[in-house]
Amino acid sequence: MSSSLPVRRFDAIVVGAGGSGMRAALELARANLKVAVLTKVFPTRSHTVAAQGGIAAPLANSTEDNWHWHMYDTVKGSDYLGDQDAIEYMCRRANEVVIELEHMGMPFDRLENGKIYQRPFGGHTQDYGSAKMAMRACAVADRTGHAMLHTLYQQNVRANTQFFVEWMALDLIRDPQDGAVIGVTALEMETGEVALFQGKATLFATGGAGRIYAASTNAFVNTGDGLGMAARAGIPLQDMEFYQFHPTGVYGAGVLITEGVRGEGGYLLNKDGERFMERYAPNAKDLASRDVVSRAMTTEIKEGRGCGPEADHVMLKLDHLGPEVINQRLPGIREIAIKFANADPIREPIPVVPTVHYQMGGIPANYMGQVVVPEAASQEAIVQAFYAAGECSCVSVHGANRLGTNSLLDLLVFGKSSGEQMIKDIRALPRPQRNLPKGAGDASRARLARLDSASAGERVAEVGADLRKAMQAHCGVFRFPDELVKGVEKIKEIAARAQRTHIQDKSKVFNTARIEALELDNLVESAMSTVVSAQARKESRGAQARADFPERDDANWLKHTLWYKEGNRLAYKPVHLKPLTVETFEPKVRTY
Amino acid sequence: MKISVYRYDPDRDERPYLKDYEVKLEPTDRMLLDALVRIKTQDDSLSFRRSCREGVCGSDAMNINGKNGLACVTKIVDLPAHVTLRPLPGLPVIRDLIVDMTQFFKQYHSIKPYVINHDAPPERERLQSPAERDQLNGLYECILCACCSTACPSFWWNPDKFVGPAGLLQAYRFIADSRDQATAERLDDLEDPYRLFRCHSIMNCVDACPKNLNPTRAIGKIKEIMVKRAV
Repeated sequence: MSSSLPVRRFDAIVVGAGGSGMRAALELARANLKVAVLTKVFPTRSHTVAAQGGIAAPLANSTEDNWHWHMYDTVKGSDYLGDQDAIEYMCRRANEVVIELEHMGMPFDRLENGKIYQRPFGGHTQDYGSAKMAMRACAVADRTGHAMLHTLYQQNVRANTQFFVEWMALDLIRDPQDGAVIGVTALEMETGEVALFQGKATLFATGGAGRIYAASTNAFVNTGDGLGMAARAGIPLQDMEFYQFHPTGVYGAGVLITEGVRGEGGYLLNKDGERFMERYAPNAKDLASRDVVSRAMTTEIKEGRGCGPEADHVMLKLDHLGPEVINQRLPGIREIAIKFANADPIREPIPVVPTVHYQMGGIPANYMGQVVVPEAASQEAIVQAFYAAGECSCVSVHGANRLGTNSLLDLLVFGKSSGEQMIKDIRALPRPQRNLPKGAGDASRARLARLDSASAGERVAEVGADLRKAMQAHCGVFRFPDELVKGVEKIKEIAARAQRTHIQDKSKVFNTARIEALELDNLVESAMSTVVSAQARKESRGAQARADFPERDDANWLKHTLWYKEGNRLAYKPVHLKPLTVETFEPKVRTY
Repeated sequence: MKISVYRYDPDRDERPYLKDYEVKLEPTDRMLLDALVRIKTQDDSLSFRRSCREGVCGSDAMNINGKNGLACVTKIVDLPAHVTLRPLPGLPVIRDLIVDMTQFFKQYHSIKPYVINHDAPPERERLQSPAERDQLNGLYECILCACCSTACPSFWWNPDKFVGPAGLLQAYRFIADSRDQATAERLDDLEDPYRLFRCHSIMNCVDACPKNLNPTRAIGKIKEIMVKRAV
């Protein structure tokens, strides 16, 4: 461990090449800054590619709409945990970033008048929560994420962005003097080489950690790498207890079926053929917020009204939409249902079950992408030169529950705003690059050295499987006090086991066993922060539904959780209830 | 089921070989990728790319019993009891089922895969009729998995000169976009004995595409437009 790592210097480092990373990179590259985008998969393989239903923007192409209504829906959807300044910021910039995306070449579906096609989506309403749904989701059939990710990649090709493809970032490097971020260490998968990437600004756009659960709509790559790196470097993780269960994952396979199916007129049935959402959400019915629908489904199943021999799922019916609508608006869904559920939705319903989908929490950041942590007198002191955007960040626009189609919007708005802020900050810097602290990169090398030298120990796959099983069993749609306590204990055991793993493969070349072992460290931090935060929050809000505390408790819990790896401890900070220019939306009882 | 996998680790092996695995499947194992993941829990040195496991990211393209496809959407029940897996043909092998796709992406980049429009951007969206938008169907859905290009003998022979079916499908995607103003420039770039005209319409690409796209038809359309502008 004596020789030092090779150092590569750039103006800006972007870790992750999904929607937010590529939107930020585009901003930076167009400003003629020297940018390195590190990504562990080729950019168009990032998980943004799997988003289906649409991207929210109040373009009002089909129904009357405006950003105030969108803002209200987002605040209400968040169960009032979202920061209202950030939500106002996002909704006000929605039209701008979506129109820009269209100008970039995004192949949006079209209305007869040539404008962008928009469909209804869960929780998106007109006139501050009226029974009339807003058509706000701008769609490319049911492949919106795929079209968006490819469009952003294409623009980056045009802008000559420098990608480091199949480089996995390992650890964050901070200046011990003032905590400023200097860059990351990263591993080139093809050669096994490790290098230090130094930047005047570093953005994490690493996506979520949906793979901490056994049943997940998420891709294999969603292992919470940014969360793990941040946590190990002393940055707290915010609101990690809030994981969204998407109502419609394919039963048994976990693959996503877009809410757009219900936006187009599909609905859920229990074993009696009853459209049960009418009982739980008389106005919005199947287009209530995702947390509401997932709980309703789970209740139906628990009370014995589930379908199939095990009575453990419900049915999503859409055959009444007719082959034309299905083939034109939902072709990808049909493909998935036939392949993964053996059901052609033109003729028969799709078996579905609530499935982990989205992480509302993450690295605490403001709406300019700057990472903020409590320090001395301030609850939100800026960590110099460190930014976070997209699912790995907690801005917090989604609060305790995200509305469908707001995630793609989040990627564009905060990808762009963090890019803008990074440009400003880099240009204002008094000196070019900091000196590297002594021992920078040692932590990464120690992790790799352990894996190289371990000749015995548990298999990574086994420990990972136990982690996912534990999270599924102890931290699900409904959360029980004794289960949560058990969950914390189990994850602690698993965290210790993860330190004693062993890989047989010691090759330098494209060693995916080593990659999975390194990912396991990040899964552990993500799972620990989730279950510890969930166990401590003694109320039900959005995606956190506690059996022992079934009500929201604004008096005690209208606050953000912060989890610190060191000491496995928690802290809390207030929610930004004050928007930028409009009046606060005061918390009230949330019905759909 | 029995799976024979092409193995090669330049760090360790003198030459590639086929390794046989007897895989005990669980009832939840539906796709070939599930079987590969199961093998990897026993032998962690087996290397392959994978991510979305639902056929949209394009990571796990490989040669399955002689035909290119995605492991994650290839059903085990549709396969014989003995399956042989090799890396995509025609590209350099990095390790096991992982190929070096540099040349493939170079060709994709060469067709300028972005809308070119010289007008000042309007305040709102550029209008496009549903009929104009329909022209992009069957084109924009490409996932860049390379199943098609690596099934094409012309691409095997001239990967540096022939754009290949995936790149040409995208070339046509931008020609077909009513918002794009660079058709002439795009056609000039392809009017070359190699870049476009190495396609001999043998349609291996169509057979291989896991998204049921038709690069041969797109290539035919480009040729048609070229002929039209020549006369």
